[in-house]
Amino acid sequence: MKSLAELEEIRKNTLDQIKMRTNKEGIRVVVGMATCGIAAGARPVMNALVEEIGKRRLRDVSVTMTGCIGVCRLEPIVEVYDADGSKVTYVKMTPEKAARVVAEHIVNGRVCQDLTIGAAEAAEK
Amino acid sequence: MREIALHVLDIMQNSVAAGSSRIEAILTADYDTGTLTVMIGDDGCGMDKEMLEKVTDPFTTTRTTRRVGLGIPLLKASCERSGGSFQISSEKGSGTTVTAVFGIDHIDRPVLGDLAGVVTDMSAAFPSMDITLRLVNGAKQFSYSSSQTMRILGEVPISEPAVVKWLKEYINEGIKDIFGGVLSEITG
Repeated sequence: MKSLAELEEIRKNTLDQIKMRTNKEGIRVVVGMATCGIAAGARPVMNALVEEIGKRRLRDVSVTMTGCIGVCRLEPIVEVYDADGSKVTYVKMTPEKAARVVAEHIVNGRVCQDLTIGAAEAAEK
Repeated sequence: MREIALHVLDIMQNSVAAGSSRIEAILTADYDTGTLTVMIGDDGCGMDKEMLEKVTDPFTTTRTTRRVGLGIPLLKASCERSGGSFQISSEKGSGTTVTAVFGIDHIDRPVLGDLAGVVTDMSAAFPSMDITLRLVNGAKQFSYSSSQTMRILGEVPISEPAVVKWLKEYINEGIKDIFGGVLSEITG
């Protein structure tokens, strides 16, 4: 059985890494996690984002959740806020698409145009 | 929703929207009545009587009350489908408690799902709140509190990947210990 004492160990081990971290503003990833998002599969998408970001040791990227973003029919929705404050909204996400967004947008700075809300709305017309 | 954990996440988001500083989830397995009771309580803004009567009906929801939406009706339907019941009590200004009862061995009871992940992610996402989880099965109990965890961690946030990984394993061990063999999907 695990005991809370092990947390103390983790604290010591991660403290040095945290101190090394740069203070620059990083990328913020926000997942819509209201009823609509959860029912559409936002949990697996968020898990994939966290896992992919952890795997690549991306230190200045945070993943958070929010309520209903407003376009429930396009859930799961993921918003990526770049360091300069600009926002890209990705819709109808899956764990596979989430891994792609991390690799292409977050790591390499190339927006996945075909997954954005703009592309989805153009396709509907 | 396919998992009880997803319902818990959904109801907890209501608590966040209600400006709570404390959210508590208690899951109790009861052999005698054959039920699994999921209670989620918060100290948020609560609701008045009029609103409380409306929240279980998806179609009376107006735009100003939209944040409640379908979450509660879906949970209520899920409970009733498994031979259980649903109750919500609230007082304006002091908080809300949702009590969802499932038939533990009913074929339509949703599986528990990734409860450890939900509780860990909520703790990481809302560090200003105390998020607690209690699992009860007779005399056996398991407790987790995000504020206690944060006290131990000091300046290290819960959202650190190493902490997230450990917490999920820790809570999953608790789930296995308390509900193993009791909930058919969890082996003891």
